[in-house]
Amino acid sequence: MKRVYVEENWCLACHLCEYWCALSNSPLDNMVKLKNKDIRPRIQVEEGKDINFAVSCRHCTDPICVKSCISGALTINNGLIQIDQSKCVGCYTCIMACPYGALMPNEEGVMQKCELCTSNGTEPSCVQHCPNNAIKYEER
Amino acid sequence: MSINYLPSEYEVYRNQDRCINCRVCERQCANEVHHYDADLKKMISDESKCVDCQRCVTLCPTHALKIEKNTNRYKENANWSQESITNIYRQATTGGVLLGSMGNPKEYPIYWDKLLINASQVTNPSIDPLREPMETRTFLGKKDHHIHYDKNGEIITTNENPQLELSTPIMFSAMSYGSISYNAHKSLATASKELGIFYNTGEGGLHEDFYAYGPNTIVQVASGRFGVEPDYLEAGAAVEIKIGQGAKPGIGGHLPGTKITAEVSKTRMIPQGTDAISPAPHHDIYSIEDLRQLVYMLKETTNYKKPIIVKIAAVHNVGAIASGIARCGADIIAIDGFRGGTGAAPARIRDNVGIPIELALATVDKRLREEGIRDNVSLVVGGSIRSSADVIKAIALGADACYIATSALIALGCHLCRSCHQGKCNWGIATQRPELVKRLNPEIGKEHLVNLITAWTHEIKEMMGGMGINSIEALRGNRLMLRGIGLNEKELEILGVQHAGE
Amino acid sequence: MYDSPLEGEVRIPAGCAITGIFSKTGRRFSGEQAIKSISLMRDRSNGLGGGFAAYGIYPEYKDYYAFHLFYTDKTAKKACEDYLETYFDIINLSKIPTRKMPEITNAPLIWRYFLSPLKTKLAESQLDEAEYVSRQVIKINSNLPGCCIFSSGKNMGVFKAVGFPEDVGRFYRLEDYKGYSWTVHGRYPTNTPGWWGGAHPFSLLDCSVVHNGEISSYDANRRFIEMFGYKCTLQTDTEVIAYMIDYLHRKQSLPYKKVARILAAPFWSTIDRMDKKERDELTYLRNNFSSMLVTGPFSIIVGFNGGLMALNDRLKLRSLIVGQKDDMVYMSSEEAAIRVIAPQLDSITYPKGGEPYIVTLNREAQQQCL
Repeated sequence: MKRVYVEENWCLACHLCEYWCALSNSPLDNMVKLKNKDIRPRIQVEEGKDINFAVSCRHCTDPICVKSCISGALTINNGLIQIDQSKCVGCYTCIMACPYGALMPNEEGVMQKCELCTSNGTEPSCVQHCPNNAIKYEER
Repeated sequence: MSINYLPSEYEVYRNQDRCINCRVCERQCANEVHHYDADLKKMISDESKCVDCQRCVTLCPTHALKIEKNTNRYKENANWSQESITNIYRQATTGGVLLGSMGNPKEYPIYWDKLLINASQVTNPSIDPLREPMETRTFLGKKDHHIHYDKNGEIITTNENPQLELSTPIMFSAMSYGSISYNAHKSLATASKELGIFYNTGEGGLHEDFYAYGPNTIVQVASGRFGVEPDYLEAGAAVEIKIGQGAKPGIGGHLPGTKITAEVSKTRMIPQGTDAISPAPHHDIYSIEDLRQLVYMLKETTNYKKPIIVKIAAVHNVGAIASGIARCGADIIAIDGFRGGTGAAPARIRDNVGIPIELALATVDKRLREEGIRDNVSLVVGGSIRSSADVIKAIALGADACYIATSALIALGCHLCRSCHQGKCNWGIATQRPELVKRLNPEIGKEHLVNLITAWTHEIKEMMGGMGINSIEALRGNRLMLRGIGLNEKELEILGVQHAGE
Repeated sequence: MYDSPLEGEVRIPAGCAITGIFSKTGRRFSGEQAIKSISLMRDRSNGLGGGFAAYGIYPEYKDYYAFHLFYTDKTAKKACEDYLETYFDIINLSKIPTRKMPEITNAPLIWRYFLSPLKTKLAESQLDEAEYVSRQVIKINSNLPGCCIFSSGKNMGVFKAVGFPEDVGRFYRLEDYKGYSWTVHGRYPTNTPGWWGGAHPFSLLDCSVVHNGEISSYDANRRFIEMFGYKCTLQTDTEVIAYMIDYLHRKQSLPYKKVARILAAPFWSTIDRMDKKERDELTYLRNNFSSMLVTGPFSIIVGFNGGLMALNDRLKLRSLIVGQKDDMVYMSSEEAAIRVIAPQLDSITYPKGGEPYIVTLNREAQQQCL
């Protein structure tokens, strides 16, 4: 299965991936409409002194989050880990369990995470819009 | 405000309806123009630091930014432009030499734009490059004047002199490691290999990581002799002696100390942090016979296996100079016109010294043919080749191939803001700061260069086909394929072309 | 007499008709056949130039160079003859016999000289005979006004004028000459030439070229070959081809087959597929003589003492057919022009683009005619 991989050599910490993620996963059709909104992107840039890295769900083959989910909202389907937001009870167990910090609450307190833009009908948005080819979408 | 206040050159316009405060501009501007003000809750810009590199404009996800020339004008004066006045203020304040980067931006005639290309109609059919072979393969080097036969009467087929084989008559010109970044060099090296052409190390030596691309590398020996040692000479496919460059004829290179990092220092074999100033002449070349000596010394060192290129700037009397060089053993002469780019040069020299490459090329080609020695050398020209049409015109005037540098950098992302000497290139090209160098991903860089040359080669083939020519050598020196327009008699005479309509 | 620009001042592209007729046994025949063949192709010419080259026509003088000259007037003739006497031994001179015809007008003075280089001058020059003669021819044509040497070989001659080629043939009474090899050309230039010198064939020493086509590489070729002492004075494409052939064959000692491989070099994609020996040789030739590659459509018939070579451009953009019957070889722009003089043929071929068709005298004929 193809996953999102980040090549830290090329990550510039520009944060464009965050904004495009936020836009793609919202009902909005234009980036301008993100003005004054508090965005919660599913990919987040970790900035360091000489190195930066954008972190998103690794879609682990043996996902701890799925095991930890008390309501069964998190499931793994053919390698893709998804959340059924209607089942999420906001217990934050998955947030504590995930070693990468890939899960986070949305505005309503329900969990969200990178789902490889499968529900958006496009290739992952962060991959398409990284200006430096730092984010790749491939099978390894 | 002090009496020395100079109004900023640019104004930054931000469309506040579009700006979403994403701060990408703030993060991406090495000149620290933009920042998010928490009290005002919006992005504000300090335009005095802006160099119009267009990085923020390009990356802004909502295209909210625009950079314009500051409309604050001094009183109109056809003689004293705002720039002339400002430069005097600068020099009065600092007492320093004005520095500039890239090529001469002043208004001088551009002869490429006054030459028109032929096409066949009726008497001679044009050729369709999509259906017929259209050849751009080029060989550079000294040609044999006489065919030699062995004892069986067979032709001896090895050239007496080494040749460079190019898939298309375009090469990447010299840009030193130090003036441009490691990633820029990597892009040039990998692109040259893929395209089957060559790139030039410039006077900064060859980084050890790039020895692998040696077969596509021309190593340069400049007046500072940076990085020159036997392995370096062996590594390249050809050796270029840089006598001068079009951007700054008569003076040597200048790399500010800030750009001399550990890697640059190691590659150039000089101390870290101190300015690297190349001497004006080669201190062992004070006459043409000295040049001959250096040429043969390099040939001996490389076992006569590599062509030796001599690069000169286009200056007055370039015909006589080229004739001398052709007779001193050089295999290829590279001529750099006054529009050539540079990482740093005194602005007055960049803008006032040297002559256009079109005229220099026409004169040199004519002079060498008159003396019967045109095929003693191949001619490579550079100094603002901006498109495939310029390449066609250069070949028709007599060049064997073209050197491009500014065009290559633009393909890599350069926006010609001419601030290279400050070392804060926002595109990762003319800088050594690691966080900026990162911005040029060599994967993307290589792809862009390969695309550029492929596109130009295709256009060259289309134009050749239109003229009824299917091999590039039939265009070389074929001045009847050009006509001048808007040129006076003298210019037409020097270029050796007739006026449009004749 | 000539108020329209002279040939050399205006570039004139060529679209035309050519024929070559050759006897492998050296059997000599009159110019009638050539005239008949070219008159069939009348529509390919427009009457503004025609000419013939004939080989083996001066057997009594075969050791002497036969110069054919045009003079605009008597002064030019006197100046030229004075010059010739300084450098050559003139054995015989006469007007070239012509027939008065309404179709051929404005004739210049046409003279023929049989001569050989003055021994002392030749020795002084330290050149071989052929180089000496060719330099003198180029010198006279560039420097002496009103003179044009349009033929300068041994035991061969070029006959040309402004007019349809069949009329030119009759004008020069070519039915009275007998040669073993004939080439003929009819022009279709698109400007009005004022000068007879511009018609084809163009020749230097014994090499004559008739050419149908227009070379797009003309200026590249010209500016290169002029480095070697040749001077292109007529701005016709044929002139530069003739000089390049002379340079490659006579000065570089390349056989005609290899000369053809430089003028019409195979494409790199073809060369890359050849075996190493051939590939190396063709790459070497193509690289070192790159400025002699001829692009643009052409079919040429090159005549030389003892043979003919027919060659097309690499894309074969002009027609050229070769027919054989017994000892005769016929080459022409059209099959019909061959059939009209040789209705039955043993074989007929269409040379491929870039591949030369060369025919030479057999051994006994060589000893006799050359």
